[in-house]
Amino acid sequence: MAEPVFAPWNDPAAKPLIQFKGVTKRFGDFTAIDDLTQDIFECEFFALLGPSGCGKTTLMRMLAGFEEPTEGQILLDGRDIAHVPPNKRAVNMMFQSYALFPHLSVYDNIAFGLRREKKSKDEVHARVQEMLRLTRLERFAARKPHQISGGQRQRVALARSLAKAPKLLLLDEPLGALDRKLREETQFELMDIQEKTGTTFIIVTHDQEEAMTVATRVAVMNEGKIAQVSTPDVIYEAPNSVYVADFIGDVNLIRGTAKARPEAPEQAVETAVEQSPEPIPTPQPTPAAAPTAAQQTAPQPNDIGRVLHDRVLSPIFGKWIDDEQRRLPPPSKAEDSTPAPAPSPPPASVQPAEVKSAPDIPAGGLAIHWADGQPPVIAANGDPAMAGQSVVLSLRPEKVSIAKERPDAANTLRGKVIDIAYLGNISTYHVEIEGGTMIKAQAANTRRIARRDITWEDEVWLSFTATAGVVLMDA
Amino acid sequence: MRRAVLITVPYLWLLALFLVPFLIVLKISLSDYALARPPYAPQLDWNEGWAGVRAFFSGLDIENFIFLTTDDLYWKAYLSSLRIALISTVVTLFVGYPVAYAMARAPHEWRPTLLMLVILPFWTSFLIRVYSWIGILSTEGVLNQFLMGIGVISEPLTILNTNWAVYIGIVYTYLPFMILPIYAALEKLDESLLEAAEDLGSTRFAAFWLVTIPLSRNGIIAGCFLVFIPTIGEFVIPSLLGGSDTLMIGKVLWEEFFSNRDWPVASAVAVVLLLILIIPIVLFQRSEEKAREAAK
Repeated sequence: MAEPVFAPWNDPAAKPLIQFKGVTKRFGDFTAIDDLTQDIFECEFFALLGPSGCGKTTLMRMLAGFEEPTEGQILLDGRDIAHVPPNKRAVNMMFQSYALFPHLSVYDNIAFGLRREKKSKDEVHARVQEMLRLTRLERFAARKPHQISGGQRQRVALARSLAKAPKLLLLDEPLGALDRKLREETQFELMDIQEKTGTTFIIVTHDQEEAMTVATRVAVMNEGKIAQVSTPDVIYEAPNSVYVADFIGDVNLIRGTAKARPEAPEQAVETAVEQSPEPIPTPQPTPAAAPTAAQQTAPQPNDIGRVLHDRVLSPIFGKWIDDEQRRLPPPSKAEDSTPAPAPSPPPASVQPAEVKSAPDIPAGGLAIHWADGQPPVIAANGDPAMAGQSVVLSLRPEKVSIAKERPDAANTLRGKVIDIAYLGNISTYHVEIEGGTMIKAQAANTRRIARRDITWEDEVWLSFTATAGVVLMDA
Repeated sequence: MRRAVLITVPYLWLLALFLVPFLIVLKISLSDYALARPPYAPQLDWNEGWAGVRAFFSGLDIENFIFLTTDDLYWKAYLSSLRIALISTVVTLFVGYPVAYAMARAPHEWRPTLLMLVILPFWTSFLIRVYSWIGILSTEGVLNQFLMGIGVISEPLTILNTNWAVYIGIVYTYLPFMILPIYAALEKLDESLLEAAEDLGSTRFAAFWLVTIPLSRNGIIAGCFLVFIPTIGEFVIPSLLGGSDTLMIGKVLWEEFFSNRDWPVASAVAVVLLLILIIPIVLFQRSEEKAREAAK
């Protein structure tokens, strides 16, 4: 067995270090924090992520004691600290501007907090030396803040805020002033120091990469509320709202109307389970009535089921209701090459699945009709409860493949390359689908750029699997 | 080349308007009193050539400086001036600092107006403003009438023609010179430094003492110099508001020049005053420089 994963938030017995209980903060008419409840556990590296004005800084300043909540409680170790002044809290803050005292040396800056505690000279000296070692600043102890570099200043600020061994360290955009390379190095340094000291860190940032790199959990904030709290991978892979999906990383949002797809017929169930992280969708009353029936001993469906079968499902799986045999014979060559085959009259629906790929497409989930004249997009992991609603398929560009030949996939779309963003290791292709929708696809540049075979104005095929995207309710 | 010109112009200006007059005063202070016009000897006679120059220099001596030490009026006047200047500077600092602090913490849109109000008194004549204090501080003045009107006192206070009036006049007159440099220093102060100090366990007062004061130090020093230096030789305020027992070196200087017409002694008084002012400033700047060197 692997060593236990650090996840106190899943452990009902774990006691949170910080508890926000219905915290609201208003500035005049403006509500900065709106009835927020959240637990943060010991040793966590908790990231507050959001655009400017979302309330993340206000939340942090309330923890530091510079703002008092208008309503609600903030508990630190079970004690309400909402109205405790900043100098009486076991919480320290690393300021965005670092706020180093310009008239004091690096040593005196770090010693500042310790001296306020009336500690003996030796104790102060020992602790300052320890902090200097931790942040590798021994050589700069006698310098003034204006005599050291930005990265060193950042470390002084960190050492100063850690010197008093706070229960909780708040970091306000701690790396904002550093250049990219230094920032990346410093992120790892921060994680290292957090682990060594065992302090709980809360970091405020608008840089989602930074939040994902350092944090154990990320809280995405929007207009004074927490939109989602989860581990970085869940936030990225399974956002719970269009807002979160759009805020984190690059994303294609395909808006449309969801229709339920039939439950997996017996043999297909396996694949569905395997590929879909969601539980197997439970049969839905009306629209999915037919599939439900079909699942048992495959009797004849009712009218709705028939329409569903004829117009939506048969193009994908082939007809199976009329002829007992579900597995259709392999597609004819003609069907394979012509994108709009004769047998399916409705909108040249999802490229009539070369049937050999049919078993690869898990059943169930949703089909999203997103544009007239375009095949619906299949999301086998969609919650059937959303059927009939307007939904958004959030699809990460790196999960969309681009090819010149039509690939063998659950979802294929044809379009023209409008723009290519070359980022060195990867390229992002902006592809215009017939009808004008732009879809971004990413591909690793495994070959030299001169040998790249896709270029501007090329007709290309985009494809993605039936579980590549996440279906979300349209806000 | 352009830089050389830029530096030359102010240097020539200082040379013409500071060094040359100082040399003239220094020369007079080394001369002897004479019933003549100008009232001192020797005079440099260019017509006699080299012999005239030698005769002139042999006529100079430090007799007047020795005279200053023999009469206790002078050193008492120096000490009294120093004391008055020192006390006034400290009082001005204690009045000016809170004003500057409040201005620097005021909402941004108010600051130009507040700054304007500080400078506004300069738009009227200094003499008129000091004269108006006579009207305020005299026995029948506005202040006494007001205090008696609200029943705080029953007998009018004697303020005018005492050292109190001199202090009030000096603090009033020089307050803007204290406020402006301190305001300039405080305005630049980053508020997050105070938050950081509180965050690290200081009380508000400790944060003020450990952060705000040290960071406005340059403003405080500049303000104190701007008040102290002109105050020590101040003449108008003690003569208009002070009494007969107000002893200030500016008044002594005036009397030597215009009542006694003893230009050499008056010049000696002025030269000593200059030394009293310059020596501490030079020493101070040298220690500052050393501190800065040590920090590097």
